[in-house]
Amino acid sequence: MAPEAVLETVGLGVRYGETRVIEDISLTIPTRRVVAFIGPSGCGKSTLLRCFNRMNDLVPTARVTGRVLFRGRDLYAPGVEPADVRRAIGMVFQKPNPFPKSIFENIAFGLRINGFQDDIGDRVEASLRAAALWDEVSHRLDADALGLSAGQQQRLCIARALAVEPEVLLMDEPASALDPIATGRMEDLIGELRGDYTIVIVTHNMQQAARISDDTAFLYMGELVEYKETQRLFTNPEDERTEAYITGRRG
Amino acid sequence: MSPGAPRGGRFDTRLEARRRAGVRFMWLCRLAVAFGVASLVVLLVSLAADGLPALSFEFLTSYPSRFPERAGIRSAILGSAWMLALVAVMSFPLGVGAALYLEEYAPTNRFTTLLKTNIANLASVPSIVYGILGLAVFVRFLALERSLLAGAATLSLLVLPIVNIAAREAIRAVPDSLREAAYALGATRWQAIRHHVLPAAMPGILSGTILGLSRAGGETAPLLIIGALTFIAFDPLSPMDPFTALPIQIFNWTTDPRGEFHALAAGAIVVLLGVLLMMNAAAILIRNRFER
Repeated sequence: MAPEAVLETVGLGVRYGETRVIEDISLTIPTRRVVAFIGPSGCGKSTLLRCFNRMNDLVPTARVTGRVLFRGRDLYAPGVEPADVRRAIGMVFQKPNPFPKSIFENIAFGLRINGFQDDIGDRVEASLRAAALWDEVSHRLDADALGLSAGQQQRLCIARALAVEPEVLLMDEPASALDPIATGRMEDLIGELRGDYTIVIVTHNMQQAARISDDTAFLYMGELVEYKETQRLFTNPEDERTEAYITGRRG
Repeated sequence: MSPGAPRGGRFDTRLEARRRAGVRFMWLCRLAVAFGVASLVVLLVSLAADGLPALSFEFLTSYPSRFPERAGIRSAILGSAWMLALVAVMSFPLGVGAALYLEEYAPTNRFTTLLKTNIANLASVPSIVYGILGLAVFVRFLALERSLLAGAATLSLLVLPIVNIAAREAIRAVPDSLREAAYALGATRWQAIRHHVLPAAMPGILSGTILGLSRAGGETAPLLIIGALTFIAFDPLSPMDPFTALPIQIFNWTTDPRGEFHALAAGAIVVLLGVLLMMNAAAILIRNRFER
């Protein structure tokens, strides 16, 4: 039985001006799994990720063709409010980007703009606990978020995203700016979030993809080459381009 | 060693000559700095020598008079203060609003590019041209007469491109990662601007605005054109009152054939320079405070 799909793309293509970045990508992201996108730089994996929360809207020259379905609903249909999409599909970026405010305010912002009706303090604590950051910052919630280490900042960004109750978490190379220890913690955290959220993660690091993901998609030059269970992709790649990439011969 | 590695060429490194050329250039640069500092010192010393004797409490609190020993700059100071306040109220919202539109909302196309280029050109239009425009539009067409409001509106035209350009630069300098962070949490465009872009750009916007205002505070030509009066023996109490301003008063006194008034002009210049220096210092302070 095929697992229920949260996200689905149908013939998805993106151009930046005259440049085609991804072309004719059709794939399904099953619910509550961790899906990794791998591929060499410029293969379009980040662009694909940014289609899922309409982040490409912010690039004036970007043109999206095809369809992206979230629980069967077309995210690019007229009348869909990008702000609504982005609350349900959260995102964590490559470089930690906390707001230049206190730790508390970093999480409270998303709650306030979305009209959160319950106790903000409780939700801030719950979010920080979910992101495995509470023990480190509980005594200094008023401290400047920029004073945290890079790894803590990135976990704060995850806490901030979790606070507004997304169903899906998009992660664009979330550990690439972190040292190995912080990277390890980030991977542990993803392991803890697995099962509660659908996680789509872009990574340069194949070992990381192999460690943390259930399914892996390999993209090459804007094309979806191979997409299957992570273990099978790494042990038994069907396409020779996939094999060349994962064995380190190319890319 | 790779077979193609170049080896065996001859070099004349002339280290001593290269070092001396560097030292010579550094001294040329020092000379350039010394020239600027020296002119500033000469200016300030001669101003202080001429102007400081004229400065007194009475000078600051008296109205102008045809008797030099009784003349003061009370109405000019009040006029300048009114003027700067009105210019700030008019140019800040318009300049910053237009900057936000151009940077955050407007698409990048031929029209907006043309618009931005033209704003840059407006910033370099001679101030006397704005004076003529102000005379035609504010004084005559809108029948504001020779009022503070007409003067402030004219100076606002002059300051608007400066405020707009400074604000746009400050807004552009806000990293996109901050906008993305806000949008990714479900912020609308206005929420992202209101809570993150504007606060981050504010130091740059404020210091640009203050620099624009200090430019307005020193302008003479446009105010002369629209007909600011030089002899005001009462306090301006509303934006519709006729007015004078410090640069006008200075202009008037320096053109007076009687030498006693030249000393008064020097005194007024010291006051004007003091005010402008304080405004620039405030701009620097604001920038430093916000920039950590």
